[in-house]
Amino acid sequence: MNKHFLEIENLARRFPSQSGELTVFENANFGIDKGEFVCIIGHSGCGKSTIMNVLAGLDAPSEGNVFMDGIEVAGPSLDRGVVFQNYSLLPWLSALHNVTFAVRSRWPGWSKEQVREHSYKYLEMVGLGGGAELRKPSQLSGGMRQRVSIARAFAIQPKLLLLDEPFGALDALTRGTIQDELVRICDATHQTIFMITHDVDEAILLADRILLMTNGPYARIAESVKVDLKHPRERGKIIHDPGYYPIRNHLVDFLVRRSEELSGGVVAEAPAQAAGAYPIEVNPAARAAPARTNPQASAMDAR
Amino acid sequence: MLQSLNARAALVSIGILVLLLGVWEFANRPPEASEALTEYEILMGGAEQEARVPPPSGVINRAVEELSDPFYDAGPNDKGIGIQLGYSIYRVLTGFFLAAVLAIPFGFLIGMSPLMYKALNPFIQVLRPISPLAWMPLALFIIKDSEASSIFVIFICSIWPMLINTAFGVAGVRKDWINVARTHELSPLRTALTVILPAAAPTILTGMRISIGIAWLVIVAAEMLVGGTGVGYYVWNEWNNLDLTSVIFSILMIGLVGMLLDLALSAATRLVQYEE
Repeated sequence: MNKHFLEIENLARRFPSQSGELTVFENANFGIDKGEFVCIIGHSGCGKSTIMNVLAGLDAPSEGNVFMDGIEVAGPSLDRGVVFQNYSLLPWLSALHNVTFAVRSRWPGWSKEQVREHSYKYLEMVGLGGGAELRKPSQLSGGMRQRVSIARAFAIQPKLLLLDEPFGALDALTRGTIQDELVRICDATHQTIFMITHDVDEAILLADRILLMTNGPYARIAESVKVDLKHPRERGKIIHDPGYYPIRNHLVDFLVRRSEELSGGVVAEAPAQAAGAYPIEVNPAARAAPARTNPQASAMDAR
Repeated sequence: MLQSLNARAALVSIGILVLLLGVWEFANRPPEASEALTEYEILMGGAEQEARVPPPSGVINRAVEELSDPFYDAGPNDKGIGIQLGYSIYRVLTGFFLAAVLAIPFGFLIGMSPLMYKALNPFIQVLRPISPLAWMPLALFIIKDSEASSIFVIFICSIWPMLINTAFGVAGVRKDWINVARTHELSPLRTALTVILPAAAPTILTGMRISIGIAWLVIVAAEMLVGGTGVGYYVWNEWNNLDLTSVIFSILMIGLVGMLLDLALSAATRLVQYEE
């Protein structure tokens, strides 16, 4: 097995509860390569955010390890940037200072000018400038705030960027615009990204690979769906790609039906998902290809 | 609209003031003597034997007189109101800032460490309800200096609101902001100074505002007890002189200075206030 840039091995997180222990997820195994954009989808309560907190180093796993670049993740690091769902901007600082705050902690030796210049570069990258960057977060719209948050995360040039439902709180139109910007930035920077989302279309637009989680508790990562659509992608055109709907149907089918069927706790799933097992690889877009060995993909065809 | 609202409120305020002063002035008029005063009555100050609260006109005259030369110093028992207020303000500010220097770091400690919170909470709960003046005998005995003792009393009464508010503000800093500090690998000191301090500053300043209010209440009583100088001593001294006009005048000055202290702190609070 070749080593990935990010390696997640047998990860599990259990919380103490009144009746002993509550296992949120277990036996999570996956890898992310450099430059890859991976999304994770699952219903609420399956532990997506917990996985992300572990990757960020904000939470420690109950079992298992995370390795990045061969080094074990223990605690937060500037090598892993995080964009939180609620933006998490410091409200007493202007948008610009929220970014310089991050840049200064990344490069403490930089001069004031250097920090400023670098911060402006990333603020402009997300389309903020012309005075808006001097406003406090409370004076910015939700979309603007999330832009600042994205600029802050990209500005520290992390090796891995973690996005926790970054567009969840935005209206559909704003979400679309910022998704387009993220697509453009990702194509330009080849940033390695791990993102949580609830939105199937968003995942297909952005991701190279989508991890599907079963329902919690005892959630696990059941499948790894390859998004075999060519880059650069555009929100308006991607739906005409012949691969788009097979992927979308597969994801929706999983979320509506199979995420529940596959869940169910220790006993039922223990043999199927033994420790160390990787999620099943699926490539719904390649359905036209003659050779098919994957039972899940065939099941999709039958529908 | 706002302008006119403010203007109307000011008008009503002035109306109430005039009404109150008028009632006060005329209710205290001694009855007109129906017949000519005897020489004895004139010597005794009028036909009326009953002492009366001085009327506002007398207080206003006294205020003009005192405020036209607030800093005169004619010996230990005769100093201008400005000097007396200055002493009180100096004591309040000294005690208050000493308390802040101690309360804010300890508040941080208590707010950041659940262990220290639990360990120190019993002490705070017992010490906090003690009337600051109850410390006075002990302070006088240990410090052996009435000036320093009154500062100590101010210190001890202003420390609690600041300590409790700082701890509360620090403990209530949103987890997201702490996580931002953690993901940016800030040192504990930098986290405290650049994230927790600005986040908790409005709550801390509110505690300081409560403290200075209490300190100003307490200083009057403390100076009555300790004597020598200060506006509290002034009030008591004028009472002993049976000069009620000066007592009322100094009461009004105490209110005025208290309001100014509060305004200063509320302006400072507005500086650190942020909107989420």
